[in-house]
Amino acid sequence: MSGSATASLAALNGVSAANELVQAPLGKALPVLDGLAGLLPWGGLRRGSTVVVRGSTTLLLALLAAATNEGSWAAVVGMPDLGLLAAHELGVVVHRLALVPRPGSELVAVTAALLDGLDLVAVAKQPPAAEARRLSARARNRGSVLIPVGGWPGADLELDGSGGGWTGLSNGHGRLRERELVVRSRGRGAAARGSQVRLTLPGGRAIDLPTDKPRLRQVVP
Amino acid sequence: MTAVRTLVVWCPDWPVLAATKAAGLAPDVPAAVLANNRVVASSALARAEGIRRGDRKRGAQSRCPDLAVFEEDPARDARMFEPVAAAVERLATGIEVVRPGIVALPVRGPARYYGSEEAVAERLIDQVATECDLECQIGVADGLFAATLAARRGLVVPVSGSAAFLAPLTVAELSPPGGPDRADFVDLLRRLGLRTLGAYAALSERDVASRFGADAVATHRLARGLEERPPARRRTPPDLSVTHSPDPPLDRVDAAAFAGRALAEQLHEKLAARGLACTRLGVHASTDNGEELGRVWRCAEPLTPAGIADRVRWQLDGWLRAAPGTRPSAGITRLWLEPVEVVDATALQLGLWHGGSEDPGTGAERASRALVRVQGLLGPDGVVTGVLGGGRGPSDRVRLVPWGEERLPGADPDAPWPGRLPAPSPATVPAVPVAAEVLDASAAPVGVSGRQRLTGVPAAVSVAGGAPRPVLAWAGPWAAAETWWEPAGARRRARLQVLLDGVEQTALLLVREDRAWAVEGVYD
Repeated sequence: MSGSATASLAALNGVSAANELVQAPLGKALPVLDGLAGLLPWGGLRRGSTVVVRGSTTLLLALLAAATNEGSWAAVVGMPDLGLLAAHELGVVVHRLALVPRPGSELVAVTAALLDGLDLVAVAKQPPAAEARRLSARARNRGSVLIPVGGWPGADLELDGSGGGWTGLSNGHGRLRERELVVRSRGRGAAARGSQVRLTLPGGRAIDLPTDKPRLRQVVP
Repeated sequence: MTAVRTLVVWCPDWPVLAATKAAGLAPDVPAAVLANNRVVASSALARAEGIRRGDRKRGAQSRCPDLAVFEEDPARDARMFEPVAAAVERLATGIEVVRPGIVALPVRGPARYYGSEEAVAERLIDQVATECDLECQIGVADGLFAATLAARRGLVVPVSGSAAFLAPLTVAELSPPGGPDRADFVDLLRRLGLRTLGAYAALSERDVASRFGADAVATHRLARGLEERPPARRRTPPDLSVTHSPDPPLDRVDAAAFAGRALAEQLHEKLAARGLACTRLGVHASTDNGEELGRVWRCAEPLTPAGIADRVRWQLDGWLRAAPGTRPSAGITRLWLEPVEVVDATALQLGLWHGGSEDPGTGAERASRALVRVQGLLGPDGVVTGVLGGGRGPSDRVRLVPWGEERLPGADPDAPWPGRLPAPSPATVPAVPVAAEVLDASAAPVGVSGRQRLTGVPAAVSVAGGAPRPVLAWAGPWAAAETWWEPAGARRRARLQVLLDGVEQTALLLVREDRAWAVEGVYD
């Protein structure tokens, strides 16, 4: 009885079963590097979401890499110090990455305009809370992904990059080669459970750690 | 400098042709043009009757009684030649009228379009013959001088064969009829025993310069098959701007956008009538209180009418909705658009369905509109994209280009860059240098010696005057002596990678220049 009711409801236009909602359709999410996919409850950056990145510029660039490779356009607002060479090395298509280094007092207007046309918009400055919510709503409406750097009220997901054990450098010789980055995610809805991933950058090789094992200290030297 | 591959269209005996055409004379009447009672140009028929340059009027008329004589008139020559230049320009761009009777154009573009230089020559001869009812001759060579001489012989000189082509010609070619008068100099060369251009070219340039002066150096360059000067492109007429004086003054964005759209259509029609399209558009406005606003929009592609209208709307939007301090204090009373840079309209090939370069639905088109919109808020330099090029440090290798401008790397990425830092690169590259201090175990500053060695072992680093943090590991210094051969551009730098301890490890790229350390990059 209940089965047939579900079936008849699901046949209606615009109604879908709850278990279908959990697995977001692929077309709705922008791709990310393999190592990061496990962190995001939708397997990628869901269009319309607000994903806060904190603690690591490399993490921000790594988030943009796969999507720009697939033809999406990205913009970074308010980061005059962004290292584009590092972006290129992480796999970001630099010619599809626009920079607005100094938005000044037009921060909200600029971000809103960018959300209209670009798939990914990273913002390194935080506007007043009311404006921030309005921008999140705009991203949801336009199907873009808003990536605030630092903090943001009412974000769907927060990614925290920390750790950073480097290999390759010794006393007086060698060079920086690889680093480990532990990324923890925390969010609302499907992401409330949280998860964490240990990445080796560059390269994005991920060693997935189940969240249940809390011995994070062992990972970070 | 290598000479530009040049095509020359030459109309033989142009002063005579112009005079007979202006007088409506039949081409089978022998004619001559005289200046100061001497023949300066004559038609082929008149020459067949024995008339030569420099003949007196009376002598010429006695030899050929039905000779039509005309006074020299440079204005008439130029006026009559304009249709010929226009006819040539319909087939090829960048033409230069060297003097009435001779048009030069860089042949590389047309040759690629029509298949070969011979094909271009053939089409040009046909074009001039049908449009202007004239016969012309064509020559192609490296450099204008060689191409002009080739045109007199109707030749296509092979690539980099100009010097060989010129060598057997006589030095009298340096003083052509109608061209610069160098008769005395040619006479001098003859008396020195230099009868061919090849013999003259064999002299060293230094000897020519020290004995015969600046003009001789130019002729020497010509004789060697080099360019005296590169051909200058035809400039665009200046009267292309369109103006609108709204009444009542515009102070609302929607009204301004409406006015802007009409103005954009008007400008586009004006440009299209001349076969031009705009690549740099100046949007200007003045207000009741005498304020003048203006901004130039650059575009990588020629603007469509919708593109012009969009830019005008965005610009007015940017002005009228600016912050109260910067907003114009009164309504806009005059609005004008000025095409700053125009290109041939053939460069503007409208798509069949959408009239744009890409489908409006694609990401690139949407992104482009959004970025242009942001440029309206912040100015053209407000939105940049990076171009990766050559260089050593992380900031040297990136050039930021305002959106819409041509993306050219700052330096050749394929050139060898000794001392270039390997990947990974720092994710944060401070735009403003941050001072740093490197200390050894006894807290004494560590520098770099003249032989690019550290003067101590780094034990701690303090950034921007902060507390020193212990160094876990370090490597370097990597020396980079840049453009040491040019005193003005020379830079001597040494780079050092350090890993600092703390709550979290921090990896820094330090650079030492002018006896001071600075943070060049943070690996965060």
